[in-house]
Amino acid sequence: MIYFDKVSKIYPDESMALDKVSFTVEPAEFVTIVGHSGAGKTTLMKMIIAEDKPTYGSVFFESANVHKLGKGQMNKLRRRIGTVFQDFRLIANKTAYENIAFAMEAVGRTDSEIKSDVPHVLELVDLGNKIWNFPHELSGGEKQRVAIARAIVTQPDIIMADEPTGNLDPVNTLEIIKIFQKIHKLGTTVILTTHDKSVVDEIGGRVITMEKGKVIRDDKHGKYVL
Amino acid sequence: MFTYFKRIIRTGFINFWRNGFLSFSAVIVITLSLTVFGALIFGSAFGRALIKAVKNKVDINVYFTLDTQESDIFSLRKTIEALPEVLKVEYISRDQALTDFKTKWQDNALIMQGLDEIGSNPFPAVLNIKAKEPSQYAGIATFLNGKNSSQNGTDIIDKINYNQNKLIIDRLGRIIPAVEKTGSIIAILFVIVAIVIVFNTVRLIIFTAKDEISVMKLVGASNIYIRGPFVISGAMYGIFSGILTLIILGAFAFYSDAMIMKFAGIQNVNDFPILTNVFSSYFLQNFGQIFGIIMGSGIILGAISSYMAVKRYLRV
Repeated sequence: MIYFDKVSKIYPDESMALDKVSFTVEPAEFVTIVGHSGAGKTTLMKMIIAEDKPTYGSVFFESANVHKLGKGQMNKLRRRIGTVFQDFRLIANKTAYENIAFAMEAVGRTDSEIKSDVPHVLELVDLGNKIWNFPHELSGGEKQRVAIARAIVTQPDIIMADEPTGNLDPVNTLEIIKIFQKIHKLGTTVILTTHDKSVVDEIGGRVITMEKGKVIRDDKHGKYVL
Repeated sequence: MFTYFKRIIRTGFINFWRNGFLSFSAVIVITLSLTVFGALIFGSAFGRALIKAVKNKVDINVYFTLDTQESDIFSLRKTIEALPEVLKVEYISRDQALTDFKTKWQDNALIMQGLDEIGSNPFPAVLNIKAKEPSQYAGIATFLNGKNSSQNGTDIIDKINYNQNKLIIDRLGRIIPAVEKTGSIIAILFVIVAIVIVFNTVRLIIFTAKDEISVMKLVGASNIYIRGPFVISGAMYGIFSGILTLIILGAFAFYSDAMIMKFAGIQNVNDFPILTNVFSSYFLQNFGQIFGIIMGSGIILGAISSYMAVKRYLRV
């Protein structure tokens, strides 16, 4: 489904964020990417949604080279990927409902679909009572759940979560991981980055370990070795 | 498609109200810029009124010899009226000139007595000529000098007062185009400065929304869908600024006449009629045009600034 072909990323200050990274993600896999801060996890995620371009190599989504897509094709690709960020990236002047509805509007869903699906997905992440709250009225864990709801509401093929538990306490971390596991069980591919050993232990599954921009391990069954 | 645009417009309205302070700041800055536009419009109207009044004061009088036949004067008048640079020709007969003089000095016994002692009408017939532009008087005077003879060959023109007015006419001919040119340059500079200030203000507002724009891009929203609400909000800044500016200009127009009289130290309105109600009458007579210019400029300025400011954040 996703294929990294010798992808390197060198920033203008000459630092190498990714160094000839190659791996494949199959449909319906749950892949955890682990590594210290600065290992290249976030850069790698940005490559998939074309938020950043590789200096060398190519990233393929199915058969399409992600970085050679036109604007329209790029928008279509991004609509098939739900993204969750460590800093939530909710739109500050929109309520929880509106943050999620916006993602549905962007993919062309009808008003009636939005009215029925948004409350439903907020119930799924246990935020049915915070539907009209603005982000500043929510806790960190609640914000992240809204972000997850926004990512899954369009029923994407892949969920990408970059350090989704990085700003959360252990209780909220566990709850968020359980939500991702639920999503995965429904058949969605999940790619998640973390540097938290408890997260890796909880998830199990495939673990890719990165260090200084390189993939140093790729284990089929969850191991946190750093 | 209808739903698509309905959503863009609705989001634009919501963003405008929710970003209350930023919207307020933008409205104030655009209002100030539009007020500069308005001041330029009024300044230009005032300048035009002044120039028109001064132009109207300038003319050429052709004084005929006392024994000139009216038929010769009418013939010359017809020739003058046919000149393309002539705006108006007015004939004042000898009798009319005498009547006007008597009316003017009827309370001055000494002058009236002097007139009686002369016995006959001492006033010559006059043709009062107004040109379309002050610079055209020299040509008209030259033309008249070549027409100084009746059908029987005698001189009919006693004098032409062009030479007495030549200095002021020449100066006006030079000053008016210079004033108009300088005014246009200053107006263009003010407009450029106003546009730059508005653009930078809107750019700062959009800067605060750059994360929001990047999130929109990452969920796959199209550029039009992201940009649309910002453009709508920008147009709303323009609408509210336009309304505020029209209120300010209206208030200025109606209170300025009294202020001008006060500052100019004019006691009686009739002493300087050119300055009477110049702004208020201009505002009322041209309200439609002023409304269009101010509202149109506001909406275009707000919308285009927003459109351009969003552009740089769409490259995600």
